[in-house]
Amino acid sequence: MSAGIEFRNVGFSMAGRRLLTEISFAVEEGTTTAVLGRSGSGKTTLLRTVNRMVDPISGEVLVHGKSVRSADLIALRRSIGYVIQETGLFPHMTAERDVALVLEAQGCPHEDRVHVARDLLGVVGLEQRVFSGRYPHQLSGGQRQRVGLARALAADPRVLLMDEPFGALDPLTRAEMQDMLRDLLARLRKTVLLVTHDLDEALYLGDRIVLLEEGKLIAHLAPEEFLQSREPAVEAYVRAFHRGELSAAGEKRA
Amino acid sequence: MNDFFSQYGDEIFELTLEHLWLTLAAMLFATAIAVPLGVWLTRRPQWARPVLGTANVLQTIPSLAMFGFLLPLPWLGDRAARVAIIALTAYALLPILRNTYTGIRSIDPSLLSVAQALGLTDTQRFLKVELPLASSFILAGLRTATVTCVGIATIAAAVGAGGLGELIFRGVASVDNELVLAGAIPAALLALACDGGLGLMERWFRVPGPSPAP
Repeated sequence: MSAGIEFRNVGFSMAGRRLLTEISFAVEEGTTTAVLGRSGSGKTTLLRTVNRMVDPISGEVLVHGKSVRSADLIALRRSIGYVIQETGLFPHMTAERDVALVLEAQGCPHEDRVHVARDLLGVVGLEQRVFSGRYPHQLSGGQRQRVGLARALAADPRVLLMDEPFGALDPLTRAEMQDMLRDLLARLRKTVLLVTHDLDEALYLGDRIVLLEEGKLIAHLAPEEFLQSREPAVEAYVRAFHRGELSAAGEKRA
Repeated sequence: MNDFFSQYGDEIFELTLEHLWLTLAAMLFATAIAVPLGVWLTRRPQWARPVLGTANVLQTIPSLAMFGFLLPLPWLGDRAARVAIIALTAYALLPILRNTYTGIRSIDPSLLSVAQALGLTDTQRFLKVELPLASSFILAGLRTATVTCVGIATIAAAVGAGGLGELIFRGVASVDNELVLAGAIPAALLALACDGGLGLMERWFRVPGPSPAP
């Protein structure tokens, strides 16, 4: 297997603050790596170095073995799907137009675009007859995220970047979305970098889990290894997540 | 009443057209200058204060004084209509400029970042995202500017540029209230019509959503 995304000693700082320090790891092609970490740990910055929304000051990022720095910026971004939390849909576009926006930007004919958009709405579980003409404000949070995901898939990218895609959703909707995404990824075999602060989400969707702390890579493990790791930062993260569970279990025993 | 209309009807019609022409010409110039300039300012925000400040100063010059300043200038002063159009253009700049600038600046930056991340070129981002999201703001600016111009254009008659102000000035000079109203009423109706028409357009271009853009 070859690397879909590879970080080599990536460093970044802004306004004198070091946000990323010597990050190196690879996401194998067709797999999902979840990047965990608290707010401000540099997860989003790291993700954004892949489509060059941020340029690292040292090291390099490779997509399918090619340095992103040498790629044409616009072509690179169009070849990478991008999903962000909540605010990503354009308020003046219908779901159908938004989904096909990358194709529109590429000059793809209208009928082909509509065709792709409607197909993709179906793929993410939205009835196209009902939803293709809807504006973002006419959609629920979960539906908006589905449209956002469909949009990221429009140009059939091999790489997907997801920045806390389900962060703003309630737990039940989030679980539904995670199921849908897991099925979808199993079928489509995309290379995915998923930024999240939700350990459960990382365990459920990730083939590998990366933990960042203050811009440094602390762990890069498979989900089962992550849970058993003796690394203090990893243990702290796992403990912080299962506090409710542990305390409820403790009370029952008492 | 009938006598009045048979005597002045043609003239009112002609002067209304003239009034409309002065306003439209000025709006055309002002839009051609202020919209691109407003967009440019969003790219160079450090220039926003001085440029908007200058437009603001232009706005505060009393209209009669403005016509007076322009009249002695070579070429411009040769024709009163030229003076009027230039002065009206100056007044129309600020509302259009300000609304274009604020309209684009008030777009959620995360949307622009998404547009970038999706691989839209700068031109595409402007045409497909920024302009449509700011269009109702820009139209609101055009509307304010148009209504202001229709009003100020009545003063243009003072320098002989024609328009409905001519009837008003003549009426005042000859203490003929009917004549004053013959100029004032069509001018007011014209302003209301422009306001209503552009208001409709503004609503048409408004971004769909539960809380419409202000």
